[in-house]
Amino acid sequence: MFLLLKYTLLYAVVLMLVALGGMFSERSGVINIALEGIMAIGGLAGILVLVLFQATLPAAAVIILSILASAIAGMLYSLLLGFSAITLKADQTIGGTALNMLATAAAVVIVKAYNNSATGGNGSASSKLTYSNKEFIFTAGPLTYNIFLIIGIVLLIAAYIFLYKTKYGLRLRSCGEHPQAADSVGINVYRWRYTGVMISGFLGGLGGFAYIVPSVSTWNFEVGVTGFGFLALAVMIFGQWKPFRIAAAAVFFAVFKSLANIADATFLTNLHLSKNIYDMMPFIASMVILAFTSKNSQAPKAEGIPYDKGAR
Amino acid sequence: MGVENATKKNKRIDLSSGVLSVAASLICILIGLLVGFIILCCINGEYAADGFSRIIKGGFYLMPKGIGTVLSQTAPLIMTGLSVAFAFKTGLFNIGAAGQYTVGALGALYFALILQMPWYVCLLAAMVFGAVWGAIPGIFKAYFNVNEVITAIMFNWIGLYAVNEIIYKGVLGSMYDLKTTKTYTLRGSAPQAVIPDMGLNAVFNTKSTTIAIFIAIVIAVLVYIIINKTTFGYELKACGHNKDAARYAGINEKKNIVLSMTIAGALSGIGAGLYYLSGVAEWNPQVSTALPAMGFNGIPVALLALSNPVGVIFAALFVSHITVGGGYLPTKYFQPEIADVIIAVIIYLCAFVSLFKGVVVEAVVKRRKKKAQTAPDGKEADE
Repeated sequence: MFLLLKYTLLYAVVLMLVALGGMFSERSGVINIALEGIMAIGGLAGILVLVLFQATLPAAAVIILSILASAIAGMLYSLLLGFSAITLKADQTIGGTALNMLATAAAVVIVKAYNNSATGGNGSASSKLTYSNKEFIFTAGPLTYNIFLIIGIVLLIAAYIFLYKTKYGLRLRSCGEHPQAADSVGINVYRWRYTGVMISGFLGGLGGFAYIVPSVSTWNFEVGVTGFGFLALAVMIFGQWKPFRIAAAAVFFAVFKSLANIADATFLTNLHLSKNIYDMMPFIASMVILAFTSKNSQAPKAEGIPYDKGAR
Repeated sequence: MGVENATKKNKRIDLSSGVLSVAASLICILIGLLVGFIILCCINGEYAADGFSRIIKGGFYLMPKGIGTVLSQTAPLIMTGLSVAFAFKTGLFNIGAAGQYTVGALGALYFALILQMPWYVCLLAAMVFGAVWGAIPGIFKAYFNVNEVITAIMFNWIGLYAVNEIIYKGVLGSMYDLKTTKTYTLRGSAPQAVIPDMGLNAVFNTKSTTIAIFIAIVIAVLVYIIINKTTFGYELKACGHNKDAARYAGINEKKNIVLSMTIAGALSGIGAGLYYLSGVAEWNPQVSTALPAMGFNGIPVALLALSNPVGVIFAALFVSHITVGGGYLPTKYFQPEIADVIIAVIIYLCAFVSLFKGVVVEAVVKRRKKKAQTAPDGKEADE
């Protein structure tokens, strides 16, 4: 039972962070299907910092540096989406798909190149990185937590306050609902959309790092982040683009996702279901839920439509 | 979704010339290759020129075997490219080609290895399996208002895990060879299911160059005819351009969405059939935790071809040319995935290349109008 709780917390925080990222982007009017790729890039940046500095720098510095690196890398990568979707008014879904493919390919190239040079270039470099994650985990009572739980809760509250209690949040939301109206009262739609996309890159990159590091100490970058970014999109839709609902949806999905991890250690072994079946579950659950909730969806009205100042 | 916008723009551009479309795609390719060259220089400047020439040469680097490899890779790629292109015509984005391809592979392997059917029956089975998987996002889109992109992505993963489970656990019968940790080879266990090669293997000195490439080309031409010369194709395109207008004109747009996705799925399924029934590779249920790249590479193919089924043939040739070239990179200095980076950059550029064209066309039209106005006899410009 504790095991289930442990994994649920771990995955819930990741799903929530990334889904909140998706929320900021979509609330400003840009569909961010590139979350999967942003997570991979963020995770790569954070882990590279871990691998390079873990031996030399003090633990606290490594934690702060790696987390910042992942978030900033995600943010920079999301600028590519912003450039194509906002400045060049390109199709947001296609641009996002391209960035997902680019992220996985680029991550593999970078990791292999790094391993290749580290081992003296014998040509058999793998796409895996190994690191130590014990600085990120601490124990309290019967459970082990990771540092991202605290960061996640802080960011959730910050996201809520920013979006609903400040004028900036109102401006950002207006760009996703009715950009023409927003523009007419002097709000710079392009700037706010860039802001939304960059916040989503920040949270997505951080989420990618939070997904990889606490659970395992070796990661194969060939698999990207195994569809977690897409799952986060489903969480966002299920959470109806609202922060606290997203948090609740993330916990719900995380339970399903955790079942796969605890299957062989608990009573679930008796069911004799294999890992593949459990891996399928969160996706099936999200489809069932989407089928029932999409009819009265509260998606931002202008999402996916490039804003054209001169359009009538 | 924005896809509709894009197709609308394409329509307007059709007025000018196909030359411009080809030029736009070529610009994308050139910039993508340039980025690839820069990456090669960053990783190892000394060998960058050599590496780049290997990518450019593609299959020609290793004659004649390389060309055979390119051809056997192109056949399935044409099919997934057609799948994405067909859905684009109806205003749908079929990101689910990878999942449909996976499920199609199961269909082909099941009919080949367990039921021991001849190759054309296996190919049909792959088509039907893929069609079922393609129909699902269509149904969700038409009747539950769920965006087809989200559904297709979810069913990509569901399909992958389901197929791995079925093959690994032998739910439908024993297809999994413990010794190789892959499915049994078709040539060893089901030679009747291998697509005939008509002597192509001897020509190219390969093992898996079959008539699949010709089957794919024939299907591409058929799709071109369906889209451009039949009422059915017209209805599909009408739904893609303006759903409401199509409904007003008496077209059942829900049926068309489901049909379009079903056909797209069938095309992807055939792609998997052509790949696995040619014996290019065997399915590996333990390593295949990532979706097959063949499915996703259908997207750049369709975009490069601007959704023109005949263009898909050439775009697919190009993409597999580059991928095979990437495989010839010396792993001591470079990573074969650099080819994937180049392809990804090309799709990223393709996303907004139609806009460049829009700008060019507008400029041309404006100039012509100006000319027409200033012309002394006031003759109207022919546009």
